[in-house]
Amino acid sequence: MSFATDNRIESISGRGITVRGDDIDTDQILPARYLKTITFQGMEAHVFADSRAAARLSQRLHPFDDRRFEGGSILLVNRNFGCGSSREHAPQSLRRIGVRAIIGESFGEIFAGNCVSVGMPCVQANADAIATLQRLNETRPQTSFTLDLNDDHGSQRHVSGRARRRAAPAAY
Amino acid sequence: MGQSLYEKVFNRHIVREVTPGQYQLAADIHLLNEVSSPQAFEALREQGFRVRHPNRTFGTSDHSIPTGGDPSDFVDPMAATQVEAMGRNMSAFDLTYFDPAQGEHGIIHVVAPERGLTQPGMVIVCGDSHTSTHGAFGAIAFGIGTSQVRDVLATQTLLMEKLKVRRIEITGRLSPGVYAKDLALHVIHVLGAKGGDGFAYEFAGEVVDRLSMEERMTLCNLAIEAGARCGYVNPDQTTYDYLRDREHAPRGAAWDQAVVDWDRIRSDQDATYDDVVVLRGEDIQPMVTWGVSPDQSTPVGSCVPDLASLTDQEREATRDVLDFMGFGSGAPVQGTRIDVAFLGSCTNGRLSDFEAVAAHLRGRGLRVAPHVRALAVPGSRRVRNALIAKGIDQVLIEAGFEFRDAGCSLCCGMNADSLKGQQTCASSSNRNFRGRQGSPTGRTILMSPVMVAAAAIAGEVTDARLFFSHPNAAGGAQ
Repeated sequence: MSFATDNRIESISGRGITVRGDDIDTDQILPARYLKTITFQGMEAHVFADSRAAARLSQRLHPFDDRRFEGGSILLVNRNFGCGSSREHAPQSLRRIGVRAIIGESFGEIFAGNCVSVGMPCVQANADAIATLQRLNETRPQTSFTLDLNDDHGSQRHVSGRARRRAAPAAY
Repeated sequence: MGQSLYEKVFNRHIVREVTPGQYQLAADIHLLNEVSSPQAFEALREQGFRVRHPNRTFGTSDHSIPTGGDPSDFVDPMAATQVEAMGRNMSAFDLTYFDPAQGEHGIIHVVAPERGLTQPGMVIVCGDSHTSTHGAFGAIAFGIGTSQVRDVLATQTLLMEKLKVRRIEITGRLSPGVYAKDLALHVIHVLGAKGGDGFAYEFAGEVVDRLSMEERMTLCNLAIEAGARCGYVNPDQTTYDYLRDREHAPRGAAWDQAVVDWDRIRSDQDATYDDVVVLRGEDIQPMVTWGVSPDQSTPVGSCVPDLASLTDQEREATRDVLDFMGFGSGAPVQGTRIDVAFLGSCTNGRLSDFEAVAAHLRGRGLRVAPHVRALAVPGSRRVRNALIAKGIDQVLIEAGFEFRDAGCSLCCGMNADSLKGQQTCASSSNRNFRGRQGSPTGRTILMSPVMVAAAAIAGEVTDARLFFSHPNAAGGAQ
């Protein structure tokens, strides 16, 4: 179950996945009916299962089904992401589907701690910065972000990450 | 300068400072459940570790256990496998298991306090967010994830940062018909579901002083819904009266010594806090939620938000929530037809919760509305047995409630008790998240147990204070 914990993560690069909305709780990230296993294996199949089904029903595209974000590894979220239940299944599922870092306005505390446990740092940024990143990610999904985690004393929980736009893809 | 209980208890448990502000913290007791522990046990095996302190490690199966009467009567083979694995792990590592097969089970946050495991001054951890419940005794108690469960099993310690402390003082008195649940929902309403981020909540003031231990547990249980990792009440005579003579409580001279020590860990009169909030008990009404976050609530007589009065940004998100819940803009919550009524959970599944309901039902010939399925699910086998001994099971059954076996049940939708389709549930539980009660489109309205009982009988959300005074006048479904 454990991911490498002795390797410091200093920098993470990748394309973004914007999931908008405040108070997205861990029941939404990973519905309770998928908690009845005794292993985390295969958890990635259930990421946002109900939200994605609801989106499909109403002819909308959930970010995790949106081809534009396919292969993205940096999740861009808003306030209080991951509030609620302490289930580590939620960060496990995100990590296993390919998320490597989450940038948000704020996080549920237990969730943020669990993310650190699985090697997927949660980084806080202010609302304006998040709005800019989300807009950039949605209008130019090929943009690659680099998250530098060396800004403060190595504490991954409270590091103030800089997500900067690297190179605009040729298509734009 | 004085210190708060949080500071004193935290400092006592520091093993070392690992990085600035981050501590290795010792845990007094570690509670386990079947959902968040199997992967941790597996990791322990892979790495060849033993459990560091088996005598400080306790567990039960609560989330996925059937409540139909026979706790081994699984309809879901995966749940059966999970509970079997729990029993196997507890036995293999020689840990105390409150075994469903022996009738010792219940929700871990009900079981541990009723056995005297939860004591003032402790650090208590468990792979469940509602571990905050145990703060009612003046303990620092918080939920952790599975990797941390692994760490605590192996070392009895974990990495933890020090929280800020917000003192929430509730002055005066609660009005009749207003319960600890309403107080908690009011606090969440005022401070927000994310207001407690980075804080421990200290609950104090005349109202809290007068609360029973079970009411304090309801309040601290919901600290996590206020965004606070933990909540606590300073220990006092109420705490000691509850704890004395319970099987895991100290005895004789050890008890006297413990009380002296527990008095010392209370927050000092001149303690400094990062924030202080004062609320008036008289301002609190019976509360109901109307949305999908526990801070989306209102006094029962009021209405859901009027979309026209919101900012553009708020409007879209609120419209989406109201659509999900089936409310029109500005609609009253009272009168909302319900399909299911749920009494139970680690928030409100204790003896006094059912006693309060029974006091309104007994001898009045009131019946659950024909279109409503009403479930009464005791928080533990002990609660269940006590209810039977007091004849409260019969009061509930005669009123048309299903009187079920102990477990988390309809609070988290992990066993067969779940909502179907767009059913609306009046629920004494703790979360109204989308899909929380087992149906992705199910609707949860949180309220106190007495309000749930009134809704069950009226067939719709109603003000229990008025309804139980004139049950035939109120409520359209009779």
